[in-house]
Amino acid sequence: MAASSDLNKKNAVNVREMIADKKRKRNFSNITEKMIPAILIIIASISLLTTVGIIYTLLAESIEFYKRVPIWEFFTGTVLRPLSQNPEFGILPLVAGTVISSVIAMIVAGPIGLMSAIYLSEYASDKVRRTIKPLLEILAGIPTIVYGFFAFTFVTPIIREIFPAVGATNILSPGIVMGVMIIPMIASLSEDAMNAVPNSMREGALALGATKLETTFRVVIPAALSGIISSFVLGISRAIGETMIVTIASGSSKNFTFDITQSMQTMTAYIVEVAGGDAPAGSTIYYSLYAVALTLFVFTLIMNLLARYISRKFREEY
Amino acid sequence: MSPLTKSKKVKVDVNVKSNISAPKTNEIVYDTEDLNLWYDKTHALKDINLSIYEKEVTAIIGPSGCGKSTYIKTLNRMVELVPTVRTTGKITYKGKNILDKSFKVEDLRTHVGMVFQKPNPFPKSIYENVAYGPKIHGIRNKKVLDEIVEKSLRGASIWDEVKDRLNENAYGLSGGQQQRLCIARCLAIEPNVILMDEPTSALDPKSTLRIEELVGELKKEYSIIIVTHNMQQAARISDKTAFFLNGEVVEYDDTNNIFTNPADRRTEDYISGRFG
Repeated sequence: MAASSDLNKKNAVNVREMIADKKRKRNFSNITEKMIPAILIIIASISLLTTVGIIYTLLAESIEFYKRVPIWEFFTGTVLRPLSQNPEFGILPLVAGTVISSVIAMIVAGPIGLMSAIYLSEYASDKVRRTIKPLLEILAGIPTIVYGFFAFTFVTPIIREIFPAVGATNILSPGIVMGVMIIPMIASLSEDAMNAVPNSMREGALALGATKLETTFRVVIPAALSGIISSFVLGISRAIGETMIVTIASGSSKNFTFDITQSMQTMTAYIVEVAGGDAPAGSTIYYSLYAVALTLFVFTLIMNLLARYISRKFREEY
Repeated sequence: MSPLTKSKKVKVDVNVKSNISAPKTNEIVYDTEDLNLWYDKTHALKDINLSIYEKEVTAIIGPSGCGKSTYIKTLNRMVELVPTVRTTGKITYKGKNILDKSFKVEDLRTHVGMVFQKPNPFPKSIYENVAYGPKIHGIRNKKVLDEIVEKSLRGASIWDEVKDRLNENAYGLSGGQQQRLCIARCLAIEPNVILMDEPTSALDPKSTLRIEELVGELKKEYSIIIVTHNMQQAARISDKTAFFLNGEVVEYDDTNNIFTNPADRRTEDYISGRFG
């Protein structure tokens, strides 16, 4: 209470006293201060441990699968008949489905996403940009099941109207719709990367007599390339991992084909089908889930490593 | 450089007319007539009348916010990057009004190079930085490009420092070297005029000196207009000096006159450091 009597005496706040007082109390909190890093490490390692756990499970169960189906047969087999009397487990039909649907998605999303980003970053007025960007992010928040439904009930009938030979379930329609789903992501991330390029660089090019288009394509995009590539790879990863759209709109035919008008199954859709069916634990078909999941995991891992390599190689430091 | 003896005569002119023109020594490159410029509602340049001469260094001085940077950016129409900008009046470059909307701004900028306050090389190799301008204007021949790059780098007196590392990223250079590289980049398209917007304000004294020496060299072939905060710099390197204040040209004369015998009280106050 020395502080308060002090106050009365001088009729003023004694700051020095207050700080000293606070410091004495702070000695207590020093202990928590020291514990904080340890707590944070534990929290941070949760996601790491989870990842390790997942990889362990995938590996362990996959090894069990490879004991029953030789690894060579699994990766080169073009026939997938898990439920037949003589089951065959070739993953190539699923790989083909995954790769083809992702390629279709990127053919749609890559150019449109990049062009949108160029428009937003280089041509649109501030007002337009501030309206459109949040809208894009809303588009990115639509549940994928809605997109799947959209592909099945809206896009497929239109495609069949134009090309009657296309099946009711086909890989083309979900591929396109996945592309539409990815556009906002590529547009938004590429726009961020292009927006981060300092204006002084645009000015430098414009002052040399470059047109806006030349400035965009020869200064801004190269400078933002690592960000743009990252957005593309994230888009591909998203397409590879996408499940609901292909499950709904592409059916479950395990065709090994490159004909995009036909029904194909992706790795993710296979996992949905098998996990949703009644595969008894310990059966080969049950273990095949893990082998497919591991392949999927390796796919996206390779994509991410590739992205890192490419973006480092193309990085223009500024 | 016009001799000092002319100063008395010019001073008479100055007192009679508000529209001041310095003694005619060379051809006029830029003729500004009644230029007014607004940023939205801010009147940034007021009735500017100024003639800029060929193969001279024209310095533009004045306190912050006086419109000197705005003026120099109007000369290559970079000022239009600000969307709310509006201009009236005329700027004639070699007989053509560049403010005319039909005037192709890209053409203008190939004739008028610009060096900025902060060095702004592209995040590319030193070679690519210099070759950028010629490349966008259609020069593809590797041999020709090599020649242009060497000539421009020599012209900006940086060749000896970078000739062994032309393929390294320009951002590995020091600030002063980057600025000289930007000058080389600008020389590569062989402009007539070089605009410099406070080119040394981000540099250390030694690099500043090198740029100043370079400006002295470059004026043999180019007309240079330089905006500077540094009055000593204007005095050291320019032939003519324009003093801007609140968007107006207070005084424009031979540099010697401005600094030894200014006609306007406000000019005197500014150069003697009483404000600004």
